[in-house]
Amino acid sequence: MLKYIAKRIGLAVVTVWAVATLTFFLMNMVPGGPFLSEKAISPQATAALEAKYGLDKPLFQQYLTYIGGAVQGDFGDSLKQRGRTVTEIILMKFPVSARVGGISVLVALTLGIPLGCIAALKRGKFLDSLISVVATCGIAVPSFVICTVLLYTFGAKLKLLPTVGLTSWKNYIMPVMALSFYPTAYIMRLMRSSMLDVLGQDYMRTAKAKGVSGFVSLFKHALRNAILPVVTYVGPMLAYTVTGSFVVEKIFTIPGLGGEFIGAINGRDYTLIMGTTIFLATLIIVMNVVVDIVYKIVDPRIKLK
Amino acid sequence: MSEYLVDIKNERLSFFTPAGEVKALNDVSIHLKEGEVLGIVGESGSGKSVTAYSLMGLTAYPGKLIGGSLYFNGHQVDQMTDKEMRKIRGNEISIIFQDPMTSLNPVYTIGNQIMEAILLHTDKSKEQARERAKELLELVGINEPDKRLKQYPHELSGGMRQRVMIAIALACEPKLLIADEPTTALDVTIQAQILELMMDLKKKLGMAIIMITHDLGVVASMCDRIAVMYAGKVIEYGTADDIFYNPKHQYTKGLIRSIPRIDAKEHERLIPIEGTPVDMLNPPKGCPFAPRCEECMKICLREMPPVTDLGDVHYTQCWLIQKEEMEKGAAK
Repeated sequence: MLKYIAKRIGLAVVTVWAVATLTFFLMNMVPGGPFLSEKAISPQATAALEAKYGLDKPLFQQYLTYIGGAVQGDFGDSLKQRGRTVTEIILMKFPVSARVGGISVLVALTLGIPLGCIAALKRGKFLDSLISVVATCGIAVPSFVICTVLLYTFGAKLKLLPTVGLTSWKNYIMPVMALSFYPTAYIMRLMRSSMLDVLGQDYMRTAKAKGVSGFVSLFKHALRNAILPVVTYVGPMLAYTVTGSFVVEKIFTIPGLGGEFIGAINGRDYTLIMGTTIFLATLIIVMNVVVDIVYKIVDPRIKLK
Repeated sequence: MSEYLVDIKNERLSFFTPAGEVKALNDVSIHLKEGEVLGIVGESGSGKSVTAYSLMGLTAYPGKLIGGSLYFNGHQVDQMTDKEMRKIRGNEISIIFQDPMTSLNPVYTIGNQIMEAILLHTDKSKEQARERAKELLELVGINEPDKRLKQYPHELSGGMRQRVMIAIALACEPKLLIADEPTTALDVTIQAQILELMMDLKKKLGMAIIMITHDLGVVASMCDRIAVMYAGKVIEYGTADDIFYNPKHQYTKGLIRSIPRIDAKEHERLIPIEGTPVDMLNPPKGCPFAPRCEECMKICLREMPPVTDLGDVHYTQCWLIQKEEMEKGAAK
C-alpha cells in the first residue's frame, strides 16, 4: 500500500508538471495579454509593467522562472489583482466554493444512491419511470437553465429565497440545488443500472436461499457491489464541484474560485491561470488516488499495484 | 401429517413474459421421504430447477404458481408468508447452485458468508458461529479452515468454492438439500470429488437430497428415485432400477440410449434424440414429446396421455404404454 501511494505521488508530480507546461505555452499562444484594455495605456507604461512581471523576457526563460518558483511554492503575484499573490487568492476563494460544492456533493449522494436503488427495485413500475424521467432531465438540462428557473420561481415570484451572496443558510439552497442536480441525476442512473445488474447476480439468489431478508440482502449483499461505479464517478466529480462552477457562481454572485478561474482566462491573468489550473489538476489527481484506495476497501478483488 | 418429507401435488407454474405465458410446470407431482435421494433429470428448460426453486419460494420474477400444492415436512409452503419461508430457507431446506464461481458474494470473506447462515437461524454467538464455520469447512474437506475463513471467494478455486457452498448449505443441518447441477461448472475430476463428498455427508447427516442434473451417470450412482422431466411434465417416475432397467417412455429410452458406454465397439456412434425441445410459448396440444417420438401415434398429437401406473412408484405418461397396459388388463 505504501509503495503504491509513493508510486502514485511520483506519477502525480509528472502529471502536474505536464499540465503546467502545456497550460503555460498554450496560454501564451492565445493572442492578447494582461495589460491590454479599453483604456489606452501609454506604451511606456505597458513596457514598464511587462518588465516588472518579467513578461519582456523570452518565453522559455519565463517558463523556467515560473516552474522554478512553483517548485518552491511561489506561484507569483496576480497580474490583474494588484498586491495579491495567487496563493492568497486561491486560499481565499476556494473555501467558499468548497463549502457550496461539498454540500452539493453530499446532497447528490444522499439523494442519488437511494433513488437509484429504488428505481432498480421497482423496475418497470411507475416510480422507476418517474425517477428515470427526472434523471434524464437532470442530465439534459444545462445548469444555467436550472439556475434561471430557480431564481425566477423562488427568488423573483415566490420571494422565498435570497438571490444574492452567501450570508445565511438560505442563500445556499438555490446554488446547491443547481449544482447538485446533474450529479444527482447521474448517480441515480449509475446506481440504477449497476443495482439492476447486481440484483440479477447468482450471489443474490444465494443470499435469499440462505434465508436473508430482502432488506439485509439489499444493504449487505447488493449495495456494496453496486456502489463501485458511483465511487469511480464521485472522485473526479468531487474535485470539479468543490472548485466551483463558473455559471452557478456567476448567477448567484458567489465569490468562489470558479469565477476567478474564468475571470483569469478572460483577463489573461497568466499567473492566476497557472495557479488555478495546477490547483485543479492536483485536486483531481488526489481524488483519483482516494477513489482507488476506496475501491480497494470496497472490493477485495482489486489489487493496487 | 404426510408420510413424505416433500410432497408436491399437481404443481402448475407459469412465467408471464411479455411474449406470453410460458407454462414452465404442468401438473408436476413429486414426493420424497426423509433421507432419500431423488434425481430430477431432463434437458435444459424442462422445468427441473423451477420445480426445486418453487419449493423454497425462490421462483424468479415473472414466474407464478398457478395451481397445485407444495408440502414440506407437513407444512404447505406455497401458503407461507415470506417471513415464515425465510425461517425454512437455509435452515431446513438448503440449496447448492450450479456455478460456484458466481454464487458467492465477491466482497465478503468465506467466513462471513458461512457465519451469516448460522447467525440467522441459530442463537449462537459470533464466536460460536466462527467455530461452527470452521467445523463445516473441515467437514467439506477444506484444509487450513482458519486461513480460509479470512479469504475471499476469488482466492479459491472452483472446486473449493463449491465446497464452501456445500458448507453454507449444511450450516444448519437441513432436512433437505437441493443440488442444482452442482457439478456442471466443474471439471471432471473435481466433479467426482464433489459427488463423493455429497454422498458421504448424506450418510453422516441423513438428509434427503434432490439432485437436479442432466447427467444420467450421476443419477444412476446416487439416486433412490428418479423423475424424468420433459417440457414441464414428469413423463416418467420410478426407482433408479425402474428407470435404468425398465424404462417405458420413449424419451427416457432415448436418454439412456444416448449415454456413452464403456463396452461400446470402436467407431460406434452415440444415438441422439432427434429434433429440438418444444417451444414452451406454443406447446403442442398433445404429448409434448410426440413431434420427436419414433413411435408417435395419431392420438399422441391430439391429446395428452394420462398417467399410467406400472407399480408402487413407477409411472409414466405415454399413450403407447397406456395402450399396452390396457391390452394386458383386457387379456387378463
